[in-house]
Amino acid sequence: MQGSGFTFDWQAAVDSLPYLIHGLPWTLLISFGGLVVGFLIGVLAGLMSLARTPLLRWPATAYIEIFRGTPILVQVLFIFYGLPDLLGGPINAITAGIAAIALNSGAYISEVVRGGVKSIDKGQREAGVSLGLSRLQTFRYIIWPQALRRMIPPLGNQAIVSIKDTSLFSVIGVGELVRQGQLYIATTFTAFEVYFMVAVLYLAITIPLSIILRWYERRGQVSAR
Amino acid sequence: MSSIVNIQGMNKYFGDHHVLKDIDLTVDAGEVVVIIGASGSGKSTLIRCVNGLEEYQQGALEVDGQALAVNGGHQQALNIIRQEVGMVFQQFNLFPHLTVLENITLAPMKVKGIAAQQAQETAHRLLERVGIGNQAQKYPTQLSGGQQQRVAIARSLAMEPRLMLFDEPTSALDPEMIGEVLDVMRELASEGMTMMVVTHEMGFAREVAHRVVYVHEGCIVEEGKPEDVFDRPQNERTQAFLSRVLKH
Ligand SMILES: Nc1ncnc2c1ncn2[C@@H]1O[C@H](COP(=O)(O)OP(=O)(O)O)[C@@H](O)[C@H]1O
Ligand SMILES: [Mg+2]
Repeated sequence: MQGSGFTFDWQAAVDSLPYLIHGLPWTLLISFGGLVVGFLIGVLAGLMSLARTPLLRWPATAYIEIFRGTPILVQVLFIFYGLPDLLGGPINAITAGIAAIALNSGAYISEVVRGGVKSIDKGQREAGVSLGLSRLQTFRYIIWPQALRRMIPPLGNQAIVSIKDTSLFSVIGVGELVRQGQLYIATTFTAFEVYFMVAVLYLAITIPLSIILRWYERRGQVSAR
Repeated sequence: MSSIVNIQGMNKYFGDHHVLKDIDLTVDAGEVVVIIGASGSGKSTLIRCVNGLEEYQQGALEVDGQALAVNGGHQQALNIIRQEVGMVFQQFNLFPHLTVLENITLAPMKVKGIAAQQAQETAHRLLERVGIGNQAQKYPTQLSGGQQQRVAIARSLAMEPRLMLFDEPTSALDPEMIGEVLDVMRELASEGMTMMVVTHEMGFAREVAHRVVYVHEGCIVEEGKPEDVFDRPQNERTQAFLSRVLKH
């Protein structure tokens, strides 16, 4: 940074923190709310995609393809600016953000669910039904608990991706971390320091998550079940 | 004697592949039938049809008075049959996320609605019976192969089956563990359990079986008392098979 004579202004970075912090609850709310709903959608669509009847498989496949094949930015713009035309009334930006994360993560989580369930050895199902358990009981007590354990690492990865995706929602005016940073910079012109701090705040969420995931995976390898 | 399994003119296809051909076989109550034959001859498919894990396309199959229709029809009969027929697999197929105790109590509690405490008492008794009474709280992966297979047998017995199916129960085991599993099976047989056993353990077959069935390319080509089949095989295919497996 010699040429430009730039020096990192620690004071400016620290000063921005109380302001940026206001964005954190929104980032967390949209991520968490979106992921919880996304998980439910993902389980539903994932299981539908495994069904024998095409009547269930088709809608799930269409949903997955559409939401994995388009950018989440387009999805949230569509929900926020496009859907009101259809609904006849505006959509709250937070709601639009949660919906976008839910629908987008749901598509990826469906694939996680599908893969998790398919990864369970077919001998498990055979043992279950041979004991007289119904297909539903076999799924609930035998297949699903095992699949869920295998799904946790990819679900954690999806959580990290979705948390970062919420940064895009600054475009629809959600006061999340990036938006708070932009507003702050508009008055102080300390872009370097402020975006640096925004990045630090994201890392403060994602790194602990990563550590937990690594720990979980290592634990899984040790017990091998 | 009443027959528990009654198979007549059964044919089974995997796509174009004709895997079971005009199978006629009955198993009486208390009878131990051992099924032998080369790999790929259809032994597994045959016993898997008996509890509906495989569908068949022609013929008739009755298990404990319940007719199991062709092409997997009649779900209700299937549910009844599966509660009364236990199955032991080559790969054990224990539930790895459940303790040994939970493996055994799951089906009695969920299928028959037996109370947890009673199911656990039964499970402990069965574990004693198969010689691993002190392993109830362990997870399957913490046990040896022989112990796992004995848990699998106990798990099936907990449903108080009228018939037990065994599909090569010792083939995945280290040699030193085969004996402990065969011992449990031998005891079961002596207590009068009706059993259909696919195995390559010819010593066990000779000693325990009431009847030996030799399957060749999807057909039953010979069946009879073990001493007859082993010492005086009539069919040349049986002779060839036995001379191959009994050589070592
Ligand atoms: N699920 C399946 N799909 C297609 N073919 C199968 C299937 N299971 C078994 N087979 C075929 O059926 C034949 C009999 O198999 P199997 O009953 O497993 O024989 P065995 O138990 O005597 O070794 C083999 O040719 C095998 O390849
Ligand atoms: Mg086999």
